[in-house]
Amino acid sequence: MILVVVEYANGKVSKSTWEMITAAQDSAKDSGRDASITALVLGSNVAAIAAEVAKAVDQVLVADLPALTQYDPELWSAAVAQIATEGEASLVLIGGSRSGREYSPRVAIKLDAPLLEDVITLKAAGETLTAQRYTYLARVTETIEAAAPIAVVTIKPGVFNPATPKAESAEQFDVDLSLPTPRLKITDKTVERTSRVGLTEAEIVVSGGRGVGSAEGFTQYVEALADQLGAAVGATRAIVDAGWRPYSEQVGQTGKTVQPKTYIAIGISGAVQHLSGMNKSKTIVAINRDAEAPIFKIADYGIVGDVTQLIPAILTELKK
Amino acid sequence: MRILTYIRQVLDAEESVHIANHAVALENSKLVMDTMDEYGVEEALRLRESGIEAEIVAVAVGPARVQDALRTALAMGADRAIHVETDIRLDAIAVSKVLSQLATQEQATLIFSGGQQADWDSHALAAATAERLQWPQVTWTSALELKGTTLTGKHDADEGSEFFTLELPAVVTTQQGLNEPRYPTLPNIMKSKKKEMRKESLDQFGVTPKLKFVTAEVQVKDRLNKILDGKDAPAAAAQLVDLLRNEARVIA
Ligand SMILES: Cc1cc2nc3c(=O)[nH]c(=O)nc-3n(C[C@H](O)[C@H](O)[C@H](O)COP(=O)(O)OP(=O)(O)OC[C@H]3O[C@@H](n4cnc5c(N)ncnc54)[C@H](O)[C@@H]3O)c2cc1C
Ligand SMILES: Cc1cc2nc3c(=O)[nH]c(=O)nc-3n(C[C@H](O)[C@H](O)[C@H](O)COP(=O)(O)OP(=O)(O)OC[C@H]3O[C@@H](n4cnc5c(N)ncnc54)[C@H](O)[C@@H]3O)c2cc1C
Repeated sequence: MILVVVEYANGKVSKSTWEMITAAQDSAKDSGRDASITALVLGSNVAAIAAEVAKAVDQVLVADLPALTQYDPELWSAAVAQIATEGEASLVLIGGSRSGREYSPRVAIKLDAPLLEDVITLKAAGETLTAQRYTYLARVTETIEAAAPIAVVTIKPGVFNPATPKAESAEQFDVDLSLPTPRLKITDKTVERTSRVGLTEAEIVVSGGRGVGSAEGFTQYVEALADQLGAAVGATRAIVDAGWRPYSEQVGQTGKTVQPKTYIAIGISGAVQHLSGMNKSKTIVAINRDAEAPIFKIADYGIVGDVTQLIPAILTELKK
Repeated sequence: MRILTYIRQVLDAEESVHIANHAVALENSKLVMDTMDEYGVEEALRLRESGIEAEIVAVAVGPARVQDALRTALAMGADRAIHVETDIRLDAIAVSKVLSQLATQEQATLIFSGGQQADWDSHALAAATAERLQWPQVTWTSALELKGTTLTGKHDADEGSEFFTLELPAVVTTQQGLNEPRYPTLPNIMKSKKKEMRKESLDQFGVTPKLKFVTAEVQVKDRLNKILDGKDAPAAAAQLVDLLRNEARVIA
């Protein structure tokens, strides 16, 4: 059995979950393994999530408990390890989100299993799993292997094609869990919301760096162009640290990884830590006044020039 | 109290990546302490400078050359170093077995480790170590304060950030924004040469690698590199929009 731990947000199953289901199907193809997929939904008031995901898997296990209202690495890992053991899973798939990558190592230790992190391909043959993943700030693609009766894998978001729901729904079962008491107490949160399309789901991302001049410049150039194109907005760490933009918009090593059809970088130098979050974009467009800026090395299209003149001119041109 | 800061030595971010024998070749390249780990060393030093009595022990697992990174930690101000020597590349789950045993031997109550490894991109060491020790963990911290055994601070979550509180012992991951790591001064570099660097063999830790590293490839996607001169802004804008509409066909 392949166990997929469902990720969801704002009452909907996340795209990453549909991607994990595809990864599960891919891995099992011609493997001689039990390819049935069990989805595990952890949370409170998650009936709608369970019903939604039931359309793409063989079985749904639901732990709908008040104790699971707030994500916690110790709670989540205890729950997943228990279900994986009881269900004799051969493979546990967890989202490559910040939280998924934080609790999955605990699951691996509990199960005495190998951990394959942030994979972009996954293939099983007998007890051997082979996967590819990016290393060296996404400059290198590495192939890794693990041989074990059970393995824990996190799936890099935005790589696998999302699975499509079927007409019929799989059966749902409630599960009992023995859970630890969380020791990390969350006292407050700052949740950043945006009315635009999600950064990791958008077809076009327009990002700005220090070259936009100021927080106002970001609105005037980056947000204006994004709205004109129906795009999501991204930012460099430099301007997140400067307080111009929220952390949720940061692209790069310590922010989000995006892989849109088109990435437009405005006033961004192209530091390796930024590139690692966007260098897999299909088409890259750069605007920077420094012809030597590293961003141009990985750009398909670009203009060497001043943001304050070029963006208004581009907006005028787009409205024609 | 005793603080362990886990140190890794990685390729400098500005260096080119080369592959030889199906793996990234590091010979003749500039190697540095992983920046993510520097924030951990700095934070440990700051905790001590804020008046907490603490011994700071830098720990590394790897070939002989990782002693250079440990020396940097000593020159920043760590008190002593432990080097567990091995030429085998170990995955994070395997390394956590070493780090957790060292934490127990050293009676440490706080472990710092970088949030993400600049070379292997792994996030796993901290959580795996915490699990083996049955300690709590907090990842991606951007502010920390320690009062007695209560650690409070701020960390990044999936969306936005969270304020937290936690009782030691704990494992904490560090990242850019937590602090500004200091540069070792010349006198401190001199002093660090006299500090203890204890060498341990990997054998005693009972480690078996969980992953096999098969191949590595540098991936370069061919880019078109059509870069226009923007001195005449309206003309360049018109040309770019035309290329994006009619050649790349990525905008309407
Ligand atoms: C451990 C670590 C993790 C990191 N993680 C991330 C991360 O996740 N994401 C990230 O982005 N960074 C990250 N960084 C920071 C990264 O190294 C860079 O400092 C940052 O990306 C630079 O941001 P920038 O391009 O906005 O600024 P700069 O490097 O200052 O570049 C600004 C650019 O704007 C251009 N410019 C200026 N004025 C104009 C104008 N009027 N018109 C046109 N162009 C103009 C300049 O030529 C320059 O190229 C990390 C660093 C470390 C050490
Ligand atoms: C013209 C050119 C195009 C490239 N396009 C891509 C690409 O589309 N996708 C990709 O993953 N890598 C790309 N890279 C980086 C590539 O994967 C290797 O890092 C690089 O080729 C290493 O060999 P080099 O000796 O040319 O070193 P250089 O490329 O000279 O070494 C370091 C420089 O490469 C650039 N670079 C470093 N890391 C990255 C990165 N993660 N992404 C993009 N550029 C980076 C930076 O400008 C950095 O200063 C490109 C590099 C070049 C020179």
